[in-house]
Amino acid sequence: MNAHDWKNIGPLESIPRSGSRRLCLRQAGRPIAVFRTRDDEVFALIDECPHKRGPLSEGIVSGKTVTCPLHNWGIALDSGEAVAPDEGRAGSIPLRVVDGNIHVYLPEPAVEAIA
Amino acid sequence: MANTNLILPSPTPSPNRSDSMYINDDLARLPPVAQLVVIGNGMAAMRTVEELLKHEGGKRYRITVFGAEPHVNYNRIMLSSVLAGDKQLDEIVINPREWYEENGIRLITGDEVTAIDRDARTVTSANGICVPYDRLLIATGSKPLAPRIPGLELPGVCAFRDIADVDKMLAAARTHRHAVVIGGGLLGLEAAWGLRQRGMSVALVHLMPTLMERQLDAAAGQLLQRDLDRRGIAFFTEGQTKEITGVDHAESVLLEDGREIPADLVVLAIGIRPRIELAVAAGLEINRGIVVGDDMRTSDPLIFAVGECVEHRGQVFGLVAPIWDQAKVCGARLAGDQAAIFASKALSTSLKITGVEVFSAGALMAADESDEEIMLRDESSGVYKKIVLRDGRLVGVVLYGHVVDGQWYLKLMRDKEDVSALRERLVFGKVFAEAESGGAKAVDYEAMPDDTQICGCNGVCKGDIVKAIRTLKLTTLSEVRAHTKASASCGQCTGQVEEILAYAAGVDAKATKKTVCDCTEADHDEVRAAIRTQQLKSMDAVRAALAWKKPEGCHKCRPALNYYLLCEWPGEYHDDASSRFVNERLHANIQKDGTYSVVPRMWGGLTTPAELHAIADVAEKFNIPTVKVTGGQRIDLLGVKKEDLPAVWSDLGQAGLVSGHAYAKGLRTVKTCVGKEWCRFGTQDSTGLGVKLEKMCWGSWTPHKVKFAVSGCPRNCAEASIKDLGVICIDAGYDLLVGGNGGVDVRVTDLLVRVSTEDEVLQYAGAFMQLYREEAHYMERSAPWIARVGIDYVKRRLVEDAEGREQLCQRFLYSQTFARIDPWHERASGAAAAAFQPLPELAGALA
Repeated sequence: MNAHDWKNIGPLESIPRSGSRRLCLRQAGRPIAVFRTRDDEVFALIDECPHKRGPLSEGIVSGKTVTCPLHNWGIALDSGEAVAPDEGRAGSIPLRVVDGNIHVYLPEPAVEAIA
Repeated sequence: MANTNLILPSPTPSPNRSDSMYINDDLARLPPVAQLVVIGNGMAAMRTVEELLKHEGGKRYRITVFGAEPHVNYNRIMLSSVLAGDKQLDEIVINPREWYEENGIRLITGDEVTAIDRDARTVTSANGICVPYDRLLIATGSKPLAPRIPGLELPGVCAFRDIADVDKMLAAARTHRHAVVIGGGLLGLEAAWGLRQRGMSVALVHLMPTLMERQLDAAAGQLLQRDLDRRGIAFFTEGQTKEITGVDHAESVLLEDGREIPADLVVLAIGIRPRIELAVAAGLEINRGIVVGDDMRTSDPLIFAVGECVEHRGQVFGLVAPIWDQAKVCGARLAGDQAAIFASKALSTSLKITGVEVFSAGALMAADESDEEIMLRDESSGVYKKIVLRDGRLVGVVLYGHVVDGQWYLKLMRDKEDVSALRERLVFGKVFAEAESGGAKAVDYEAMPDDTQICGCNGVCKGDIVKAIRTLKLTTLSEVRAHTKASASCGQCTGQVEEILAYAAGVDAKATKKTVCDCTEADHDEVRAAIRTQQLKSMDAVRAALAWKKPEGCHKCRPALNYYLLCEWPGEYHDDASSRFVNERLHANIQKDGTYSVVPRMWGGLTTPAELHAIADVAEKFNIPTVKVTGGQRIDLLGVKKEDLPAVWSDLGQAGLVSGHAYAKGLRTVKTCVGKEWCRFGTQDSTGLGVKLEKMCWGSWTPHKVKFAVSGCPRNCAEASIKDLGVICIDAGYDLLVGGNGGVDVRVTDLLVRVSTEDEVLQYAGAFMQLYREEAHYMERSAPWIARVGIDYVKRRLVEDAEGREQLCQRFLYSQTFARIDPWHERASGAAAAAFQPLPELAGALA
């Protein structure tokens, strides 16, 4: 993992607690949902429910689960896996917090792959 | 292959290669394990492979597939549905990678074959992969035609052919406003509609005077143009494109007649042409396409070709049906069947634009005086039908607006059936048996067909539910919901699902205790009682007091607790946005494509020219694709981008418009008739009373949505008897009706009381609202609530107990002092701004 593949997307506080915001890439790519739990853990997933591509960033965040606003699928924030018995997975993006800022891992080829 | 008809006039006499059938080739000539190389991974290619694998002889081959696109095999026809947002990319995949693996097929994607060496019997790819073949299948498809005009190389110009094109168009729709589509055939129209659905302003340039002139006659083409014009696509017919202008990106499209159309995105959809370069270089016989015989062989007997790249008896192909037939013949031939013959049949076309129905097949009009045309035209309902008869047989049909009989007509054409006896009735279509009418008696689930749909939201049938219950041994409604999705969305089929559970598992779901959710053993009444008696004032306190299993609750209990606390402690408890469903958090309704709808309040259904101007201006300024009048006497603006919401509200707010709460579990509309001010039957000022009710009750949060109506006389034009609270004016005063509901489970209101003054109406309305707010369960409409507690109970509380009524109304008015605040104004003025904006875009670093 090269240092320059980690992109600083701003302070933790820019994401609402028990909430999410959407991150767009100027390159035509799928948007990313960045989540912050009540306990200030952060996660990033491709902002598309594996069911009908609902915007996960608009879902209700409870614990480490987000509920898709379109048809109520539960998605685990840490793995992107749908909560059983639903099956499917939203792509998960590595992420870390450095000095209060959120960095997501977006190597250039990976950006291609998401596109 | 594209869903476009490309049966072009043949420029030269068509060579006939059916003579290649003499070649006596059979599997005996093949080595025990033969190599089949397929050039192309599209629909024609893989359908041929599928057909081949159905035959015993198909097992002889080791198959290698080259695809120039980096994807697995997908349904190209559905790209327009993906563009319009009706389908997702993963839904149009035909064969996933596992299919290739399971069938031992070597798949090489993202690598184009660049040469065929017929002497060495090898193909070589751009990446240098060289594969020998015993049999070769060419299915290189077609390529988009481009006009010879300057500016084609500019960024922002694309075709509409593959996934990469759709990605470009979707990316443009996210950030740009103006699109121009060049070409008014099927593909161009579907592209235009898709981009319009994505919120772009779309212009379509077409060379000919009417649209889809190859498939539609002028009358149908004009109807189509009229309908699409109403849906917001601007047409430039008889438009010859001269140039695409722009410096480092497309900026406009310039026509020969001097007209100039602004364009951030230009989509070329003027037609397709067989992709034949590879076959030309290999020295195969070529005309417009790769020439094949009835056996789908090219001029080299070891090489077959199918799909849009071929020419058969002078004809090239752009529609899927004949290509499926080619695939079948080609697969059989490769497997050693020497009898399979391809013959092209009458074709039909249809257009994939939601709500626009077009069908055509065969001749568009009478060819001479002996042909007959029969037409049916109903201008107001937008229906047009034309059939063409020749010698007592159907040879052509054009349908617009009502196309259910299309396939029936097509069959009559293909079977060359004598329709003389039907002649006079033919244009009215196939007569369908009367649909049986359903009764209200108990449903026999044993007799119900398995494919009867129970849950309309999620498309779940009776058979799916019964199967899940039996195989997974489900015993509760929530388990059935989780596994089948039945009743998981709007919940209107819940009763039926419970009955199926009883039928299939013998479980009485209705008898089991209905807890708030799986986080707790408490039911709604217990939670509300605890909040009140134990003075619980936060969600954490409720969860602690009632031993919640999950510390944060879940998406079901959090909105319920948030509401109960807000209702119990007005002015004290602060609303928790993170426990609100997205619609209530953003004060707009999320749509299936992630855009939002905006419905401003129109008090009592009244509006003014100034308000209408403001709405029209906003719709134009923000390129809002759909403007609809709702059933609640308001105007719905659909397809607004999230980032635009605060600005839209700001503009609407300038004209005095406030949120209509069309997204809220709260007061929606107060529907009224015009009343005695205008109507000769009106007995009271129903409109004025509606406005007063709405001004009193707007902004309140309730367990579920609430709708009012006021009718000025017992003719009840405002449909007050299916509203949560209805008022019917009479000479002597007002009848108050409660607990009505439209929708699937229609419930007519119960009469609560007759009163004589407007003030009494207002007091009863406030008291009714508060009783419903305090005692109904979250997500329970007033109709099921009253059905549960009984109208007599409601009468005891509201009619017989005058003091109680007064207190209820006072509590309602007190809570309204915190609620009658326009949430749009707050947000247009900057509140919760971050909620509407994505994070700053990641840009430069990735370029």
